[in-house]
Amino acid sequence: MTINQISVLVENRAGAVAEIISVLAEKKINIYAVNMADTPNFGILRFIVSQPDDAKALLEREGFLVSSCKVLAVGLKDLPGGLTKVTKVLTKNGISLEYMYAFISNSENNACVILNTADIEFTEQLLTDAGIPVYGYEIFEKK
Amino acid sequence: MNEIFFDKEKETMKRRDIEALQLERLKWTVNRCYDKVPYYKEIMDKAGVKPSHIQKLSDISLLPLLSKADMRENYPFKLFASPTEEIVEIHASSGTTGKPVVGAYTRNDLDAWSECMARIIAASGVTREDIAQISFGYGLFTGAFGLHYGLQKVGCMVVPISSGNSAKQLMLMEDFGVTVLIATPSYGVYLSELAKDKGISDHLKLRVGLFGSEVCTPEMRDQIEENIGIIVTDNYGLTEIGGPGVSGECLERDGLHINEDYYLCEIIDPDTCEPLPEGETGEVVVTPLWKEAFPIFRYRTKDLATITYEPCRCGRTSARMTKVMGRTDDMMIIKGVNVFPSQIESVLFTKPHIGPHYQLILRKKNFMDTLEVQVELIDSSLLERYRELDALQNDIRGSLKSVLGLDCKVTLVPPRTIQRFEGKAKRIIDKRNEEQA
Repeated sequence: MTINQISVLVENRAGAVAEIISVLAEKKINIYAVNMADTPNFGILRFIVSQPDDAKALLEREGFLVSSCKVLAVGLKDLPGGLTKVTKVLTKNGISLEYMYAFISNSENNACVILNTADIEFTEQLLTDAGIPVYGYEIFEKK
Repeated sequence: MNEIFFDKEKETMKRRDIEALQLERLKWTVNRCYDKVPYYKEIMDKAGVKPSHIQKLSDISLLPLLSKADMRENYPFKLFASPTEEIVEIHASSGTTGKPVVGAYTRNDLDAWSECMARIIAASGVTREDIAQISFGYGLFTGAFGLHYGLQKVGCMVVPISSGNSAKQLMLMEDFGVTVLIATPSYGVYLSELAKDKGISDHLKLRVGLFGSEVCTPEMRDQIEENIGIIVTDNYGLTEIGGPGVSGECLERDGLHINEDYYLCEIIDPDTCEPLPEGETGEVVVTPLWKEAFPIFRYRTKDLATITYEPCRCGRTSARMTKVMGRTDDMMIIKGVNVFPSQIESVLFTKPHIGPHYQLILRKKNFMDTLEVQVELIDSSLLERYRELDALQNDIRGSLKSVLGLDCKVTLVPPRTIQRFEGKAKRIIDKRNEEQA
């Protein structure tokens, strides 16, 4: 089960993020998880949203540089060492993380992260085999 | 390739005949300057040269060189050799660096100018069956009218839309079945991108683009050709010497054929002002041989190029100049290194994932010059791969370093954030005198 994430290139100036987010808000697209990484020149804003295909098309129409890709939403125990269970599986199999960010969910595991690796399907297989929950969009739905 | 000539006899003259004609017309021009324009008489007298001293072509080097400063000093009409009642048209440079340079044309001048333009247009493969859209700004600028007259002389149907309103440009291009586009290279790139984005490139009948008034690197040309599937040729000229019409590319695109019976071109060392031998790169100095209203000799263009006298494969015997490699005043001196924007452009056009627009920003940091090259990232797939973004930046930086001998900062910016230009592009922002370290 993978989740569609959209990434948007953000100009390095005040108000750039606000422009992107307001495009989504106007069309009543809900942002489930968000992360912003910055380089010295620009930022990359990553979203998990309620309608990823619509969001991408909308932002492209507004002239933004947008890409979409599959990522994993993984459940953790909200305890010290909860995340190590995940990283151990990856390390043992020689998989390096591209990036990762946390979000709030309704899962019984209490904590959740979005992560991306070079081989997303293989990663999903490894985590599932290790008994670590990998979620679909249901994880974002309000109970 | 079936080469098209406008005046085959003139365009394929023997070298000896070209030179004889040039000498005759040079004498006529120098006489006219000396007799009719007091300023020219004064500077020639000061240099100790009389029109009678011009006995062979190389005697041209006896004449003093003229530059923009001479034009300014005589603003607006003091260099005119014809009375107002014989002058039928005026043009002027943009005057971005001060008072504009004003050029004047008699009826005969317009005929000669049209003839030069018609030859350049025909050399690009354009015929009377073509429909030509002129997206140069009409007005005092010589480009639009020069091409307009030349295209009409060839017999084309001219669409004088002028610059701006890009959506309408494309609409007319599609509806009228326009086959020839006249624009600056940077506006050409912009229109071709827009046509591609709107998905109408395939509906256009465009086949030839004559792009001028700023440097068009081969890489930029390839980009336009790829976007809208046309053949792009370059042509050359400037307001002070009558506008476009000095030279233009044939379909071989191996140099710009000089209309030698109308222009005498020299290459000089810009520092010593000595003439350079054939094949060496230097400043282009032009003497128009046809001008009644506004004659001028040995005008320093500040453009850098090389001239060859080898005949071309197309059959024309005229001398050819290379594309302008840069301007002596476009040249940036960064940490003591001479850098031309065209060198940077050539590197950028070979790189994947980035767009054709760029901006150069010069700053001073701790009393050292720095160069930042901003270029648009257009490939969204790189957003998922930091390492490739990094690799792309390093790759561009490395190539620039090897070409320029200078380390610069490369900044990738979002698409469509770099300013577009409808006329000449202004790509250099020099902040070295504003920001102190």
